[in-house]
Amino acid sequence: MIEYIPYVAVICMIFIGLYAAIFRRNLIKMVIGITIIESGVNLFLITLGYREGGVAPIYTSLPPGTTYPEQMVLPVPQALTLTSIVIGVAVLALMLSLVMHIYRKYGTLDVQKIRRLKE
Amino acid sequence: MDKRTIAAVLAFTIVAVFFFFSIFLLHPWGAPGNVQMDNHIIVNTQNETGTNNGVTSVVFDYRGFDTLGEATILFSAVAGVMMIFRRIKE
Amino acid sequence: MTEMTKIVKTIANILFPFTVIFGLYVIAHGHLTPGGGFQGGAIVASGCALLLVAYGSRWVFSRIKEKRLATFESIGAIGFITVALLGIVFSMVFFGNFLAGSHLLFGTVPETGSTLADLNTGGVLPLMNFAVGVKVIAGLFVIVVVMAYASSTKEWSQ
Repeated sequence: MIEYIPYVAVICMIFIGLYAAIFRRNLIKMVIGITIIESGVNLFLITLGYREGGVAPIYTSLPPGTTYPEQMVLPVPQALTLTSIVIGVAVLALMLSLVMHIYRKYGTLDVQKIRRLKE
Repeated sequence: MDKRTIAAVLAFTIVAVFFFFSIFLLHPWGAPGNVQMDNHIIVNTQNETGTNNGVTSVVFDYRGFDTLGEATILFSAVAGVMMIFRRIKE
Repeated sequence: MTEMTKIVKTIANILFPFTVIFGLYVIAHGHLTPGGGFQGGAIVASGCALLLVAYGSRWVFSRIKEKRLATFESIGAIGFITVALLGIVFSMVFFGNFLAGSHLLFGTVPETGSTLADLNTGGVLPLMNFAVGVKVIAGLFVIVVVMAYASSTKEWSQ
């Protein structure tokens, strides 16, 4: 029962991020909430590919006496998580650029004051 | 505003309970199912690809097309940021 | 952003070459140890961001034109696509590994099991690591420089 802790951590991260993205009024706090959700999903992807008592799938100086396909961790989810992290960085850069643009035009970061399109 | 807050907290609790009870329906911890493709990749990395690193051979050789898509996303993010801040002059 | 005091500039001068060398080591040994193009590129870009914070964004932006950095990134992307298209010419598959097992540049095949690290192995992978590393360095540095300069001017000429 104690070994399901990574999954519980994933649930906590997703719900903290969802709370920050829905119930807060500052734009920067919403952006931080979306980033926390993405970190939680990456952690879930890596945890799915774990084998009990395994080592990394690298052949340079293995610890002596490991049998290959039964004691190595799966390499494919790690490759997909790399792509997902880079996509998160790209989305974060574009979100922050738009937030800077909004702050120049309206002068405030409160979501409930940016309701009409000002001229 | 109080009715909305109570409804939101109730919805969050129901979804969290559903998430929590779906942990026990996954594969048991440390024994993933469907490992045929990964076993083939681990055993045949060194004589098909010629590297010692299993993760790099998956990223660049067995699934190189996904890396091409990721490079495109990086390029489009840089293009988008430079296009938003285009009119800054001194 | 404005610049910082003399102590911060001296420490940043000392730390910057070590960070760049460590990042280039992680990129170059991507086929032997954990690492590769994306990870090493992020390390070098964070070293460049340290330089940007210590010296102020106006000074750095007046020295480095962003169009030259964007050309640098395009060179990395074109190198990546060229190496992938050479696989069609030499071995009939897109992204084919045509250098593994031949007598050319990176051609030796390591024996199965736990070996020591040999830099000559890998086939076409180290070339792709270098191309992606250059692309990530230039891309992240351009994003950080443009956003830091845009937040320091008083108004934009819309």
